[in-house]
Amino acid sequence: MAKLNINGKVHEVEVDGGTPLLWVIREHIGLTGTKFGCGIAQCGSCTVHLDGQAVRSCVYPVSAVSETQKITTIEGLSAKGDHPIQQAWAELDTPQCGYCQPGMIMASAALLNNVSKPTDADIDQQVTNICRCGTFQRVRQGIHLAAEIKAGDTMPKAEG
Amino acid sequence: MSTVNISRRKFVFSSASAGAGLSLGLSLPLSSKLVEAAELEEAPEVNAWVVIDPDDTVTIRIARSEMGQGTLTGLAQLVAEELDCDWSKVTWEYPSPAENLRRDRVWQSFATGGSRGIRGSHEYVRQGGAAARMMLVEAAAQGWSVPVGECHAIDSVITHKPSGKQTTYGAVAGAAASLAPPMEVTLKDPKDWKLIGQSVMRLDTLDKLTGKQIFGADVTMPGMVNAAITACPVHGGKRKSFDARQAETMPGVKSVVAVSDDAVAVVAVTWWQAKTALDTIKIDWDKGKSASVSSATIDEMLEEGLSAETKFVANQVGDFAASKSTASRVYTADYSYPYQNHATMEPMNATAVWSKDRCEVWAPTQNGESALAAAAEAAELPIELCEVHKLSLGGGFGRRGQADYVRQAVAIAKTMPGTPVKLLWTREEDMLHGYFHPITKARMTAAITDEGGLDGLHVRISGQSILATLMAERLGGNMDPVVFQALAPSGDHSISYTVPNLTVDHAMRNTHITPGFWRGVNVNQNAIYMECFLDELAHETGQDSLEFHRKLMKEHPKAFAVLDTVAQKSGWGNDDGLSRGLAVCKAFGSYVAACAEVTVTDGKLKMHRIVAATDPGYAVNPQQIEAQVFGSFAYGLSALLYGECTVKDGQIEQTNFHNYPSIKIADMPHVDVTVMPSGGFWGGVGEPTIAVAAPAVLNAIFAATGKRIRHLPIKDQDIG
Repeated sequence: MAKLNINGKVHEVEVDGGTPLLWVIREHIGLTGTKFGCGIAQCGSCTVHLDGQAVRSCVYPVSAVSETQKITTIEGLSAKGDHPIQQAWAELDTPQCGYCQPGMIMASAALLNNVSKPTDADIDQQVTNICRCGTFQRVRQGIHLAAEIKAGDTMPKAEG
Repeated sequence: MSTVNISRRKFVFSSASAGAGLSLGLSLPLSSKLVEAAELEEAPEVNAWVVIDPDDTVTIRIARSEMGQGTLTGLAQLVAEELDCDWSKVTWEYPSPAENLRRDRVWQSFATGGSRGIRGSHEYVRQGGAAARMMLVEAAAQGWSVPVGECHAIDSVITHKPSGKQTTYGAVAGAAASLAPPMEVTLKDPKDWKLIGQSVMRLDTLDKLTGKQIFGADVTMPGMVNAAITACPVHGGKRKSFDARQAETMPGVKSVVAVSDDAVAVVAVTWWQAKTALDTIKIDWDKGKSASVSSATIDEMLEEGLSAETKFVANQVGDFAASKSTASRVYTADYSYPYQNHATMEPMNATAVWSKDRCEVWAPTQNGESALAAAAEAAELPIELCEVHKLSLGGGFGRRGQADYVRQAVAIAKTMPGTPVKLLWTREEDMLHGYFHPITKARMTAAITDEGGLDGLHVRISGQSILATLMAERLGGNMDPVVFQALAPSGDHSISYTVPNLTVDHAMRNTHITPGFWRGVNVNQNAIYMECFLDELAHETGQDSLEFHRKLMKEHPKAFAVLDTVAQKSGWGNDDGLSRGLAVCKAFGSYVAACAEVTVTDGKLKMHRIVAATDPGYAVNPQQIEAQVFGSFAYGLSALLYGECTVKDGQIEQTNFHNYPSIKIADMPHVDVTVMPSGGFWGGVGEPTIAVAAPAVLNAIFAATGKRIRHLPIKDQDIG
């Protein structure tokens, strides 16, 4: 039995403790926005936030998550799909196939949580997700734009 | 609503009605969503391409698959241009492959590959839009009892000029639907286009930002079970026996299934349970005679082909042998290109439900019609009793034109009638059982004149044919014409140079590794062979590479125009500490070029910038063409830096992204794109640019270091 706080809602799931968080989120909670890409924490498609920090959920055993930790998935990043990263992505028409994008967005949003105005070097170091369509240029542009959007807000954005 | 007529909209499956579509497809008891969908059907189908709701929402049918390349938005623009509708109210849906069959293939081909989405259907989809507009205007004119010639339409509003009366498409769509389609349709002159050529936003972006977009791997439906599979790691090998005793007792496991003659699958409540149980099964494979094949034996076979006799000559001009015998100098270099895996981000998957009189499949497929045919075959049912629901693709790149995973899903579903089964491959399965970019080598031989001119050129390709394995019926006299992409005498993949004595030929050397169409296909390596070798010749004869190209390209002005553009925009010839490399190619009907700007420091490559240009003839959506150029560089540079699949004991050695790395943001240079449509033709944009990515960078590396790299990838090579 695991007790998980996902997107602000507490779920109790009957699951083997070794099950990766990814599969609990997808198959037990039914949130399919978080994607399976590689299963070995290489591609980042499964990126979610654990207390605001990016983790690759495909290798993160559910037993390692405590019920006080806040898990945020792409579905809970913002109530209206208007997180600065999402706004910037829409502005630049960033996604191509879109499969890696939930992970790319979550990794980028986590970077913005930690660094309000990321440099290109910060992006290179922190956003290490794979995108086979090759959306990188607009991802980079989008992170810079999102930082501007965020800085322009008079009210601090609540991190979902 | 107790009885509903769902005849017309039953077959459609759009992003907006994904949930309803699933229920409809399964013919489950009426749910609220089903009723919702049934009510939607009041919207009249003006013709096969256009459905208009009373609120003026225009739904455009898209037959090709969207896999990131933006084709659905571009195709919708083509229809909407001629329809003269309000673009802000345009949405889209996929017609189903079975419906296409039932309606005498009214939507024509569903195949999505060869950068053919727009260039292969621009005419008939625009005609569809124009015909619908004519019917809508006619319906309005009839309603007003005025001559149709006095009425015209702009942005979904029809106006009767003399009286000033107006109505909207939504108001007359029902009446228009009952009219006979026009006998003759005239398309707009390109100079009158308002929507074609505009960088409108994609129609499918927003759901991709919130996790709402449903990909094949995300399908869920009531009672569904999940399957994981493993097939014989050596292509062509068979399953001998397996011990599933432990797996059968594991949590959630429903069954262990022998699939076809070469695979074992576990079906469980959750996929993680299925995968975990599958890992415990010991399988004894009959790997067959190919188990002794390795990269070294393949290399040996291809090496032999470089100098072997062959009758497969695709491009012959003048007399190369004579040119060679009288040449002032003969210069030769050998190149090679390895196997690549498509590595779509979403592993292969399909969901199937089978009963003795019906089979339905939900699949991310590049070819709904071949997926349907494969489903029917695996289901052992007439095709009329089968259906394929197309879902969003998490990448395609050519891989999802195959239907192997559909066959497997249906075979598993067949063992549990009435139960939907979702088959999802692991990344490891995906790496082993790709349809690999074919492996080839090339021997390039030049006959050079006293003045350093190129009088003769022999391009010998040795290696694998995709068609010989996948579509033998398309071979011409056993020769594979696709091998010669970008080296052909004419057509969409014609060579960009005039050489007085030219021979391009192929020694076909096939292996047991299944080849496939990998984004860019044979242009990828042929452009490396040609562009790097020409750069060698320029250097060997002491000429500037751009000037050397100019001499050879006098009869190829469009190709030279893109090359000259990137050279000028990059500052070719500048002494600014950057080393530059050029490449140009005609592929998939478009002209593309790149200039790479690099430095190499202590053996480490830094790509500072790529300057790129594309002339696709007509540019339907420039910002999406730009996105395709960015993406093509990511794909091509990934192959250049890291991409290689090797063979040991008959099987592909790479298993996941740790040993088949893919480019990441830190490696990705900034790309400056010039879209320069010269008009008059329709070229593709999804693939051509990949061809120039690697050679531009390789030539720049040479400029920086004096070192020629003639084999990909560069990851383990000393680049100076």
